[in-house]
Amino acid sequence: MQLDKATLLRLYETMVTIRMFEDRVKEEFAKGRIPGFVHLYAGEEAVATGVCANLKDGDTITSTHRGHGHCIAKGCDVNGMMAEIFGKATGLCKGKGGSMHIADVSKGMLGANGIVGGGPPLACGAALSAKLLGTDHVCVCFFGDGAAEQGTFHESMNLAAIWKLPVIFVAENNGFAESTPVSYHCAIENISDRAAGYGIPGASVDGMDVFAVYEAAQQAINRARRGQGPSLIECKTYRYNGHFEGDQQLYKTEELQKTMMERDAIQNFRQVTTEQNLLTNEELDAVDARVRKAIDDAVAFADSSPYPALSEVDTDVYAPAMA
Amino acid sequence: MAVEMKTRVVTVAEAINEAIRLEMRRNPRVILMGEDVAGGATLEHLEDDEAWGGVMGVTKGLVQEFGRERVRDTPISESAFIGAAVGAAATGLVPIAELMFCSFIGSCMDTLLNQGSKIRYMFGGKASIPVVIRTIIGGGFRAAAQHSMVLYPIFAHIPGLKVVAASNPADAKGLLTAALRDGNPVIVCEHIAMYQLKGEMPEGEYVVPIGKAAVTREGKDVTLVGVSMTARHALTAADELAQEGIDAEVIDLRTISPLDETTILQSVAKTGRLVVADESNPICGLATHIAGIVASKGFQSLRAPVELVTPPHSPVPFSPVLEDAYLPDPQKIANAARKACGR
Repeated sequence: MQLDKATLLRLYETMVTIRMFEDRVKEEFAKGRIPGFVHLYAGEEAVATGVCANLKDGDTITSTHRGHGHCIAKGCDVNGMMAEIFGKATGLCKGKGGSMHIADVSKGMLGANGIVGGGPPLACGAALSAKLLGTDHVCVCFFGDGAAEQGTFHESMNLAAIWKLPVIFVAENNGFAESTPVSYHCAIENISDRAAGYGIPGASVDGMDVFAVYEAAQQAINRARRGQGPSLIECKTYRYNGHFEGDQQLYKTEELQKTMMERDAIQNFRQVTTEQNLLTNEELDAVDARVRKAIDDAVAFADSSPYPALSEVDTDVYAPAMA
Repeated sequence: MAVEMKTRVVTVAEAINEAIRLEMRRNPRVILMGEDVAGGATLEHLEDDEAWGGVMGVTKGLVQEFGRERVRDTPISESAFIGAAVGAAATGLVPIAELMFCSFIGSCMDTLLNQGSKIRYMFGGKASIPVVIRTIIGGGFRAAAQHSMVLYPIFAHIPGLKVVAASNPADAKGLLTAALRDGNPVIVCEHIAMYQLKGEMPEGEYVVPIGKAAVTREGKDVTLVGVSMTARHALTAADELAQEGIDAEVIDLRTISPLDETTILQSVAKTGRLVVADESNPICGLATHIAGIVASKGFQSLRAPVELVTPPHSPVPFSPVLEDAYLPDPQKIANAARKACGR
C-alpha cells in the first residue's frame, strides 16, 4: 500500500519508541529499580502501531496488562509513563496506578488493565458514548488470546454487534496465555472466526507486519466511523519476553524464539522501506538516535522525580460532586 | 429542606420513576439501560412503548418520553452492559444501569470491583465515573435464595463505591437524584417489598444528601438504627415501645457508604443504648460494622451491650414461614430494645 513519507517515519518512530522503551524497562527492572510487575510488549510493536496510526483525537482505546505499547502508540508522554512505572508523583497516574493501570484519559487511553478481559465492556461503553454524543469517534479494544476465552469478550462482541457500536476488537494473539499455548486454550485456530458467531466482520493478519495491520485496521476503523458497527481483527504476533519480567519462559523453545525474531517487525520495516527507496538508512538511524535520547531522558526524569506525598494514599477515591 | 415544598402521595416506585424522568430531562447525558427496563426492544408495535417497564414496573413510561436510544434494553449480559455503563461514564455519559437483582453482581463483579470503583484512583484522579447502578435488595417476596439478598456490605466494602438505600418515597427520589449528580459510582439499593408502599413526596427537583442519616423519631431511652426496610420496622417498633414507656430514637441511615457515624454516635451519647437492625447477613454485615464503630468511638456512651437484629447467617429460605423467621421485623427490634433497656 502507498503511504507517504511522513506516515512511514511516524510508523517507524512509534515502533522504535515502543521497543526501546520496553528494552529499557526490562533493564531497569532487572536492576531492581522498578517495583511490582511489568509485562513487556517487545515483539508486538506492529500491532499497536499499525492500529493506532489510524486513530485521531477523540478516539479511545482500552488496553491490557501489557499496555506500554498501546500507551505509546496512542501518543502518551514517555516521561510520564516512565515516572508512573517507577511509582513517582510525576507519573501519568501520579504514581497511584503503576505499569498495569497506566492511563491518560485526555489522550483517549482508557488504561492498561490488570484484569484479563477487563477492557471489552469498557470499550463498548466508550463506543456507546461516542455514538450517543453524535461523534464519529471509535474505540479500539486491545485484548490477548487469553482474553478471547473470557466471558466478557463474548458478551461484549454480542452487545457491540446488536447496538452497532463503533468498537474495533483487536486480538493480539501472541501464542500464549501466560504459559499456556493458544493451541490448547482456544477451541479454534483463528480467533477471527468468532466474529461470524456474532454477525460481524473478522480477519486475521500477520501481526509482525505493520503494513498488514495498518490496512486491516483502517478498513475496520472506517467501517465503524461510518456507523456500520464493530469488527474483529486478529493479529498473529509474538512477545519476545515472558508474560511478566521474571518469567522463566520454559514454555518457549529456542527455535520458536529464533524463528519469530527473524520476522521482527522493525527490522523488516527497515528492509522493506530501504529496498523500495521509500526511506534511507540515514533517516531511520536518525530516528533511532532521537528515540534513544528520549528514553534516556525519560529515565532521568523518572529518577529525578519525587515519590508521592504519603498523604496521597487515600486521595482521589471519589470525585467532587458534579454541577 | 428549608423551603416548604408542595407534596403528593406516591409509591416508592413512582418516586424513583420521577427522579429518573426529571434528571433525564435536566441532563441530556443521562441514559437508562438494563434488562427489560422498557422491554420488547425492536418489536415494531413497541417501538416507542414498553412491554414491562422494568421487572417491577419501576421504569414504566420512560421510553415513551425519551425513546429507545436513551432508554436501552440490554441482553442478559451483565458483564458487558454494567461494564459498558462504567466505560460510558468514563467518556461523557451519566448512565443509570439496572442490575436487576443484587445477587446478579455475581455475573459482573469485575466491572464494579476492579474497574468502576478504582479507575479514578488508579488514574491519579484524572478520570471520573459518574454511574448509577440501581439494584433490587431484600426479601419478603418468597423469591428465595438467589433473588432476596441484601448485598450492600459487599458494595460498601469496595472503596470507590457509594451505597444508598431509601426507606420512603421522598428519600427514594432525593437520593437517586443526588446519586445522578454525585459524579461517582453510586449503588442505589431498592427494597423489593417497598416499591408499592406510599408516602408524601415533594414535587419538583430536590436532593437528599448522600452521607447524611435522618433522625426520623427523636427519643431519649434507646437508639434504633435501621436502613431501608429495617428503618421502617424501627419506627413501627418505636410506636409499640412508646406504649411501655420506652422512648426510642430512630435513625434511618439512608446512606450505607459513606456512613454517617456522627449522627449515630451523637444519638448513642444521648441514649446510651443501641439496637442495630439490618437485613444483611451478620458476618461482616452492616450491623456488626456499626457495632464496631460505636464500640471503638462511642464506648464511653454505652450503658448496655449493643443489640444486633439481623437474619441468621444462611441463604434466604423459600417457604413463607421460614422466610418470615429469617427476616428482621418490628417485633424482633422491639424485643432487642427491651433487652438493651434492661426490661
